[in-house]
Parts: sequence; C-alpha cells; structure tokens
Amino acid sequence: MRNPVSDTIVGIKPSGIRKFFDIVTEMNDKNVISLGVGEPDFDTPWHIRDEGIYSLEKGRSHYTGNTGLVELRKEICNYLKRSQGIQYDYSKEVIVTVGGSEAIDIGLRAMCNPGDEVIIPQPSYVSYEPCALLAGAVPVIIDLKEENEFRLTADELKAAITDKTKVLILPFPNNPTGGIMERADLEAIREVIIENDIYVMSDEIYAELTYKDKHVSIASLEGMRERTVLINGFSKAYAMTGWRLGYACGPEEIIRQMTKIHQYCIMCAPTTSQYAAIEALKNGDKDVEEMRAEYNRRRRFLMNAFKEMNIKVFEPYGAFYIFPCIKEFGMTSDEFATRFLAEEKVAAVPGTAFGASGEGFLRISYAYSLERLKEAMKRFAHFVEKLRAEKS
Amino acid sequence: MKMEEELLAIIEKNSRIDLKELAVILGVSEIDIVNTLQKLEEEGVVCGYHTMINWEKTSIEKVTALIEVRVTPQRGQGFDNIAERIYKYPEVQSVYLISGGYDLLVTLEGKTLREVSSFVSDKLSTLETVLSTATHFILKKYKDHGTILGAKSEDEREIVTP
Repeated sequence: MRNPVSDTIVGIKPSGIRKFFDIVTEMNDKNVISLGVGEPDFDTPWHIRDEGIYSLEKGRSHYTGNTGLVELRKEICNYLKRSQGIQYDYSKEVIVTVGGSEAIDIGLRAMCNPGDEVIIPQPSYVSYEPCALLAGAVPVIIDLKEENEFRLTADELKAAITDKTKVLILPFPNNPTGGIMERADLEAIREVIIENDIYVMSDEIYAELTYKDKHVSIASLEGMRERTVLINGFSKAYAMTGWRLGYACGPEEIIRQMTKIHQYCIMCAPTTSQYAAIEALKNGDKDVEEMRAEYNRRRRFLMNAFKEMNIKVFEPYGAFYIFPCIKEFGMTSDEFATRFLAEEKVAAVPGTAFGASGEGFLRISYAYSLERLKEAMKRFAHFVEKLRAEKS
Repeated sequence: MKMEEELLAIIEKNSRIDLKELAVILGVSEIDIVNTLQKLEEEGVVCGYHTMINWEKTSIEKVTALIEVRVTPQRGQGFDNIAERIYKYPEVQSVYLISGGYDLLVTLEGKTLREVSSFVSDKLSTLETVLSTATHFILKKYKDHGTILGAKSEDEREIVTP
C-alpha cells in the first residue's frame, strides 16, 4: 500500500507540551498539582455566559456571515480604538476567527509564498512554527535572551532578516516567558521592519494582561498599521478559552485573502460565542480589571517566593507566566521538570517546549489560586533545597 | 487610595490573611499594611472581622427571618429613633432603611420559628410607630456575602496545555 499520510505533516514535530502532558497523565497521581495550564482558572463571567444562553434561547443557531457578526466586528473596532487608538474598518479589515490560533494559521497562509521566510522569536507559543511550515514558508528562529527579559531587539531582528523575509511574528505579551515589548522596544524594531519592507503578525492575545503600563500594539506606531496583522481574542482577557473565539485586523488585501481560506475551511466562527463576545466587549471591562488585579497579586507572590529561594528570575510584566531559570542545578529543563514532577508532584512545563532557547527555564503558570500556588512553592522550595544539598 | 481599595476588597473576602502575605501580593511594605489597617479601623471603615458559617452543616438549629416593617416616621427624628429601638435587640442581625413599599428591613435570627414569631408579635408589632410587619422565613441559603454555599467546584481544565 502507498503511504497514506503527508510527508509534510509527518515531518512536523509533535508539540513538546504534548510529550509532557503524556508523562503527567501516565503518572495518574491525584496528588499532582499542576502549574502547567495556559488558560485562565476563572470561569467566563456570568453575564457573558448568560448572553450565550440567551442567544440559544432566541434560536440564534445559524451560520453568521463569513467574517463574523457585524455588531461584533463593530465592537472589536471600538475596543481597538479606545485601547490602542487604532481605527479599523469593520467591513473590510476585521475577521472573526475560531480562536487566535486560526488567525495565526490563515494569516500565515494568506501572506506567504512557498519559500518565504517567517521570523519567529522564541521561546513562544507552540503553533507559529508548524503553521509557517503548513503555509509552505520557512521558519527562521530568533533565540531571545534572558538578559533582555526575552524582548526582541533591533539587532537580533536585523541579523535574522534576509531578502526572503516576509513576516515577523511578534508574540507579546509572551507565553511562556511573561515578557513584554514596551513602546520604546517597539519603536526600535519598527525602523528595521519598515526599512526591510516586511510584515508583522502581532499576536496580542494577552494584551489585557499586563502589569506595568498598558499594552502598546505595534500597529499603533506610525507606518505600521498598513503592514501589521493584529491578532487578539477572547480566551485570555475574558476567560473564554472554550468558546474558541478570536479575531484578526489588518490591511484589507490580507484580510480578504484570509477570509477566503476561512470561508472554505471554517465558514464562520461559532455563533453562540460571537453573541457572548459582544457582551464581553460591551460590558466586560470591569471583569478584566478584577482578573488582572488577581493575577497581579499572584505574580507578586511568585516573584517573592522565587526571590526567597534565591532562584534567578526576571520580573515578568505580562500574560500569566513566570519563567524561572534553573541552570544552576546543571540539569536540562526536561530533566528538571520530570524530576520535579516525580519527586514533588508538581507539573510545570519545561521551557524547551516553547523552543530551544527555553533551555534552562521552566514555565510556571499562575492561572491558579493563591492557595494552590502557595502549596506549589512550598514543594518547589523543598526540591531546590534537596538539589542544592545533592550538589554540595 | 488604589492600594487601600484593593486591601479592603481582599480582607472583605479573607480577614485571616496574614500581614506579610498582604504586603507581598499588594507590592508594599508590611509597615504600610499595618498603618493602613490601623487607620481604616480608627476611621470605622473596617468595623469588624467576621467568620462566615454555614449553620445548615452543623447540628445547631437556627432560623433566619426577613421582616418588612412599615412605620410612621417621627417629626425631627425620621426613622432613626425607631430603627434604634429595633436594632438594640441582640437577636436582630441587621436593620436597613429601604426605599419602596415598606420602610425598614429587619433580619432576625432565632432558635425556632416560635421564638422569631413571638419576637415579631410581642416586641416589634407592639412598638407605637410600627404600622405593619410582614415576616419571611429563609428556607435555604444559596449564596451569602458573595460566597456560594455548597459543593466546591473542581478544576476541570486539562492538566497541561500550551
């Protein structure tokens, strides 16, 4: 028989997260506490869920237009206007997608010709590289550095650009590092981007979760709106992961081609979710503020806990992750995470699941209650003490 | 002000949280916390530290009633005088002046139905300015002080996700 599957797909590595997931599941130990989750612990605020239910009661069980409900697209534009000062045309420059993930996929497919290079700063979310490959593009990885708090510098970007470079993926606020790009950081790379005539896919799914100044979108910088696809969604800000709803905004010609792929593959994002999302954008600011305040308290707690353990960690100002350095123990991230799981029953994802430059780090999610984090840090301290004793 | 507001929101939910932890999660010094709490207590903003108890889970019998009270306001006193006469009874949990169809909402806790009803008929209704009362007994508490009483929800998320 002929090989039933595609060589391209076979060539794509399974996600490092998956590997760790399997190890944890295999242990099947009720005492394991997980710090490994990339989604909020909060349930979707009730008024948002209620709108979803109400839409079902009203029989809104049909397809919507390909790019999403007009009212939702208008609310998305309102949101970007008030939060970033960027004006998008809801009728031509916005598409509602099945999570930010779909927007990444169809965005890269819409922009890349075979052989085009897509620059991906890592550590970062697991789907950029495979999506670039599926789009026929060539991923070019930039290894971000801890000494820069895992921000992307102009020099790093310059060094990665070739005459084949088409798209730069900008994953900030960042999963897994918690790193952010502030206005000055963005200004510095803006010149390089424009000079080299490349496009940006800015994944801003954690835009609402920053703990220093408010998030700045690169699309709001001069000359950048016309070369940026801004991706955002409802999963993180409104704790709506299971609703599978995101969006992309950008130049009309890109959105139009994205819509073509979307219309053939997906048709439209889930209708119930779209109605709920309108409510989220209209009346959800207070919920976001409360959740952000709670994340911030946990973030401070963890920073302090690692400081007390004398573990090297930079202060993360975004998302809900902290990325401590475990190099002092002379183990790989994989070894550390596996032993930590086996000996202390805590699951934290090795940094390498997010790219080779995550080696020597651990992703700790603080989408968990303070109570849970306290217990986890107690176990972390115990583990660290043991490892240090082993060494000396 | 921002820190104070956040501090109040936290201790309203958990008055047992220790000072060191408060300082860490609010990003200020422990001294700041101590001073702020002391100030808030002195100003009467923080009036007490209570414990929420789900009495239904104990073997102790208690009944709670909400009583709507219509009264005649008194010249120069308004409702304050009558409210005071009511809230001085220790079995009275709370007294609110209410807009709408009646004037005072009184919550009352007693051991038995009889105890509550005798309070209403003997003490409350007989007050000179009280025109009428309507007593509602609480059958079940689903949520109280912002806390849902009952089974705790489990974490249903996958154990590891990107």
